[in-house]
Order: sequence, then C-alpha cells, then structure tokens
Amino acid sequence: MMLEATRPGMTEQSGLLRPKGAASRADLPRKKDRLVAKAVDGTDWAALLLQVRDHQDRAAFAALFRHFAPRVKAFLMKSGAPASVAEECAQDVMATLWQKAHLFDPARASVSTWVYTIARNKRIDALRKDRRAEPEDIDWGPEPEPDQAEAMEAQQDTDRLGRALASLPQKQRALIERAYFGDLSHSEIAAETGLPLGTIKSRIRLALDKLRHHMT
Amino acid sequence: MTIRHHLSDQLLMGYAAGQLPEAFNLVVATHVSLCDDCRAQLASYDAVGGALLEVADEIALGEDALIDALARIEGLPQATRAEPLKPAGILPAPLADYVGGDLSAVRWQRIGGGVKQAILPTSRDATVRLLYIPAGTAVPDHGHKGMELTLVLQGAFADDNARFGRGDLEIADEEMEHTPVALAGEDCICLAATDAPLRFRGMLPRLAQPLFRI
Repeated sequence: MMLEATRPGMTEQSGLLRPKGAASRADLPRKKDRLVAKAVDGTDWAALLLQVRDHQDRAAFAALFRHFAPRVKAFLMKSGAPASVAEECAQDVMATLWQKAHLFDPARASVSTWVYTIARNKRIDALRKDRRAEPEDIDWGPEPEPDQAEAMEAQQDTDRLGRALASLPQKQRALIERAYFGDLSHSEIAAETGLPLGTIKSRIRLALDKLRHHMT
Repeated sequence: MTIRHHLSDQLLMGYAAGQLPEAFNLVVATHVSLCDDCRAQLASYDAVGGALLEVADEIALGEDALIDALARIEGLPQATRAEPLKPAGILPAPLADYVGGDLSAVRWQRIGGGVKQAILPTSRDATVRLLYIPAGTAVPDHGHKGMELTLVLQGAFADDNARFGRGDLEIADEEMEHTPVALAGEDCICLAATDAPLRFRGMLPRLAQPLFRI
C-alpha cells in the first residue's frame, strides 16, 4: 500500500493516521503553549514508519523527513556540531531510519524516541569518535503484527512526557535539555527530572516479563 | 538470577543522553544486557530524549535536502532483521564484542596474588578492565579518584554487609572505603571502570596485603 499524499495525516486508509485538529500555532504566543501544541500534534508517525518498513514507501519517508530532519539538525547543533556537520549528520540519521526501519517496533518506543537514539549514536560517532556499547538485543521472537494498543501507548508515553516537559519550571527543563544536548558532564547530571517516567518503565518491564515467561 | 544492585538513575540518564565515557558505556550496556529492570528504566530515559526532540526547535535543512535524501535512499538496501546478538557464554554480547570472544579470548595479565587483569581499549577519559580474582582472595588495593563501577560476571564478592553476584553492580565514589573480597566457591570475574586511571600497587606479596588494607 502506497501513501498517495505526501503530507502526514492526510490518509485514512490504514485507520491509523488520525489527523487531530491541533490548535493553530499562530495564536499561541507563549513558548510553553507552543511546546504543548508541538507535543500533541497528533500525527501517527509510527504508521508512517511502518509504511517505510513494510512497503518502502517514499512518500511516508518524505513526511517523516520533513518532521524529524530539522529537529535532528537542531539537536546536533545544540550539541556543538557546526551547521554543515549537523546537516550531513541529519541526512545520515534519516538514511539510517530508512535502512533500519525493520528494527523499529512501535510497541517498544515511539518514533521520536527511536529517531532520538539514532541521532544520539550518530552524534557520538561524529563528534566524539568513540565506540558505544549497546545492550544485547532481545530476541522478541517472530514478530507478530504489532499490538495496536501497545503502539498507541508508546506514542502516548512520549506525548505525555512532552507535555510534562513543557510544564516544568523553565530552570528544570533547561537542566534536562543541557544534560541531553551535552552541556553537562555525566557527574553533573541530576537523576531527579520531575518527569513521569514510572509508567514507561512498568510498561516495558511488563513486556519483558511476558517475554521471559514465554521463553522458559 | 536475581540482581539486587542496579545502575543509578544518574548513570542510566547519562547513558541515554550519550554523555558517559566509553568505558562507562560498556559497563552500562553489559549490566542492561543482564538486567530487565534497568533495561526498562533505560527505555524511559530514551523516551525523555524522544520527547525533547519532539518539542525541540527546528533548524531548516538546505533547500535540496529532501531531494538529496530521496536520491540517497534510492537503491539503498533496507537491511533485513538482524539475528539478535546471542550471549556467547559468560560475557554478554557488548562485552564479548570488546574482548573479541568469550572468556577464552581474554588476554590476562598477572598482577600478583593470583589476580589477573585485562585492560580493554577505550577512549582515555575513563578506563575499563576485566578482573579475575581467585575465590577467597581480596580484591587488590587500587586507589581511584572519581567514580568506580564494578560489575560481577562470575562468582561473587562481598563488601561490608553487601554481597554482589553475577549482574550486580557496585558504584563507589572516591570517599567510599571498601575492601571487597571474592567469596569462596567460583573464582570471581568482574568488569571494573573508573573515571580516572586505576593505580594498582602491583606485585604485592600476599603477606603484605593486610598492611595495605586489601
């Protein structure tokens, strides 16, 4: 199935792409409100990425590119990359998204989270030239059709986190941003984020328990 | 296997943020390979990164960026699902990757008292090594500054009142005075990382060890 529209959220074919009438951004003067609007944009990025994964859908890729590439570029520049390096690196990240789409599992992570992990690893490659050890992959077994409810939950986790981030006191949010953008050394990173992380942990924990149970 | 001593939130967040020295990354990835609890907690810190990316400012790419990207993926093969890394034996996959195999591939170097070490190559902002401590032997005295992470891979050691078995991680700072002793039974193998280079006191005769509070 190919997406005909290049804009995300414009097709109803899969029933997954639900455009939500997001509040017009023009009348949101305050940064915090803008952040909230961004966090609840409502486009189903996972559905688009699954189109890339299962059908090499270039239109879906283009929609993902428009949304994520400028964010990845900004993230890399905030991490200290010069514009040209950040641009090249953002291109790398998006090409990796295309190439490794089969590794994306909508039940485990939202697309934003997945793109973030790719971008972070590219940043380590490009700016620090370190190797980065990754945890052993888990054999999730023959991939069943992703559980729609689980996929929704992963996206909702990220949305909820986005809203929580936006409503943090400015000072606290800045600290978290600095930690992730590379302004803080690891010993300066504070563990207390004030963010609701417990739900994500218990959701993933539950999935892992289920998996281990099946394996034994 | 029940893991009782876990990664701190600070280390998990540092790993998710990509801010740890390479040596610490290896310890975190190895522990997470053994510990579902920390794997789940790490997923939540990765999600913070995702949420930050989502609300981040955007910086436009060059005019032809999308055209370039579409041209680039043209003919770029999509990899098929990779075989999950299988643990080879004692060493979880990320560690086996550094060693170049399982335990038999480790190039041990004797440092006295039956204790052996193997320093793994990483960037120099921190060091990581495998330690082999015969059962019942004290961990050799090694002054360190900053943070020290010790992850047990085989056997167990005890430190004051706590016992550390396979998968357990001890996090020590420079103020912590500790005298870990490998427990009787299996020889103890640990992965240990420090911020600053470790300074082993070298070929200590066994008799001198009590003197140095080992």
